[in-house]
Amino acid sequence: MKTIAAVVAGLAFAGAVQAQSTLDAVKAKGFVQCGVNTGLAGFSQPDSKGVWKGIDVDLCRAVAASVFGDASKVRYTPLTAQQRFTALQSGEVDLLARNTTWTITRDTSLGLNFVGVNFYDGQGFMVPKKLNVKSAKQLNGATICVQPGTTTELNLADYFRANRMTFKPVVIEKLEEVTNAYFSGRCDVFTTDVSGLVSVRGSRAPKPDEHVILPEVISKEPLGPAVRHGDDRWFDVVKWSLYAMIEAEEMGLTSKTIDQALASKDPAVQRFVGASGDIGKMLALDNRWAFNIVKQVGNYGESFDANLTPLGFERGINALWTKGGLMYAPPIR
Amino acid sequence: MNPRRLRAALYQAGLAAAVALVAWYFISNTATNLESRRIASGFAFLSREAGFEIGETTFIAYSAADSYLRALAVGLLNTFRVAAIGVVAATLLGALIGLARLSPNWLLGKLAAGYVEVVRNVPLLVQLFFWYAVIAENLPGPREALQPLPGVFLSNRGIVLPAIASWLPFALEMPRLEGFNFVGGSALTPEFAALVAGLVIYTAAFIAEIVRAGVLAVSRGQVEAAYAVGLTRRAALRYVILPQALRLVVPPMTSQYLNLTKNSSLAVAIGYPDLVSIANTTMNQTGQAIEGIAIIMAVYLTISLSISAFMNAYNRRVALKGTRR
Repeated sequence: MKTIAAVVAGLAFAGAVQAQSTLDAVKAKGFVQCGVNTGLAGFSQPDSKGVWKGIDVDLCRAVAASVFGDASKVRYTPLTAQQRFTALQSGEVDLLARNTTWTITRDTSLGLNFVGVNFYDGQGFMVPKKLNVKSAKQLNGATICVQPGTTTELNLADYFRANRMTFKPVVIEKLEEVTNAYFSGRCDVFTTDVSGLVSVRGSRAPKPDEHVILPEVISKEPLGPAVRHGDDRWFDVVKWSLYAMIEAEEMGLTSKTIDQALASKDPAVQRFVGASGDIGKMLALDNRWAFNIVKQVGNYGESFDANLTPLGFERGINALWTKGGLMYAPPIR
Repeated sequence: MNPRRLRAALYQAGLAAAVALVAWYFISNTATNLESRRIASGFAFLSREAGFEIGETTFIAYSAADSYLRALAVGLLNTFRVAAIGVVAATLLGALIGLARLSPNWLLGKLAAGYVEVVRNVPLLVQLFFWYAVIAENLPGPREALQPLPGVFLSNRGIVLPAIASWLPFALEMPRLEGFNFVGGSALTPEFAALVAGLVIYTAAFIAEIVRAGVLAVSRGQVEAAYAVGLTRRAALRYVILPQALRLVVPPMTSQYLNLTKNSSLAVAIGYPDLVSIANTTMNQTGQAIEGIAIIMAVYLTISLSISAFMNAYNRRVALKGTRR
């Protein structure tokens, strides 16, 4: 609430239209200000040493690597679901990488643009095993914990309306508080994206095996990073930083093998690492922008394996298109 | 016009112009920024379908198919419900504790003093989390609900009571467990209970001090005169001290009522769907933060000014005529 007020004040005080592009502003200040989740294991969460980890965090680092050649030049702003769009709109963050669903309303009326998808997700339900519920269709009359201001909250109402069932929502903003309410038994059900359910069950449940995730996935939730509307150069930089990670996995380039790739005879690899061509220049970046991303952050598969696999995630639809998934990068040429 | 008054008038005009200029700058700058960033503005969203459910409603029915305007109205009524119950309960509890603190009974006095000092010095938000945790985490689930009286169930879904189905012939609708929860009867949710408990207990501590100050402010001569004509302590309190003390406490009580109403917006932290909670959700679903904040500000300003106007009118009515105030 306070943050929203502060950000609204930001809109009022901000100098009229920023003439400067975000890319120039980021280069001038020397770091990328990245809006991330307040703490969702696997996506963005500080580890025991206070270092932010997760696939959303890796995207922030990839952008820093492509702009500065140094993945560590990122500063993180943890944002709740309610603060995130205002923070991006007002310029408090340069980039929002916070497991945010791409929808047409958000893409058009919120003054922001989604650059792509770094995780294909869908909304699911988690219930305690002892309730003996096997399907979401049996949830009529249940009390359901949900976070406000999310597509989750809307899909939930839609799903129950479509199936002529009723429910009582318990709506709490902070992930920690809402999961506490669920684990203490205040709600029968906790709903969010399946990735969030897996992450919460793995990292916050007192006894993870006492909770089951129901088979129904009731929505499409393509999660991706977003930037402000109307700044195409910055949009391009963030978009291609994401695609470079996906393309690197498809080419078989990893953080360990990328050094050898500099000497590769394959023209596509040569273009990718910047040994030939001038793709970097087209983005107003160093020609080694993609090399730096893979060298310092890794490819998409490495990021997935490091952050999500340990929590019990399967690649599933997030595998490369060549392996039956949806991850597909346009050609880098 | 003499030069002095002319100068004063010029200063006034200059100040008004400066305020207007600053306001104009902020408004036009915000509008320009919204426009350049292609962020939707205006209040047209109020008539669109809200699409989210609300956990509890007061007086009016609501479903996800209703408009944002209706959702905000539900939030406003929920705020009113908490504020109305809170103000009455806090006044009663506060007055009792204030009088207890003045009691010649040593233990009672010290207990009241301890209550005031502890409650007043712990942040309200912390107290709300405390009461919410006490209610939600210590009570059993609905299937193992406690049943202190027939038809009354106590669980972490709240307190469920029999509801009056009809007056003539008098009939009660008994709640019964069906599926996940109780159906029938009327229920108080843990969020509502925790919020009211937190607000009442917190505000009562301040009201207690105001009542105590009011009683002590009644002149010593009045009290002694009351005893001199043979009134008992209780009669003196009832006929001499309280009628005067309660007049004195009206203005400071007004600000406590305002505080309680405004503090009810902390509901958002424990999931009670008050106006701020609904407005926050609306802002997030529509992306129109400025309009949302403007609605919240306008509503609280209206509520606060109304309470203020009512209490001032009441104060004028009850104030002793001819006394210095």
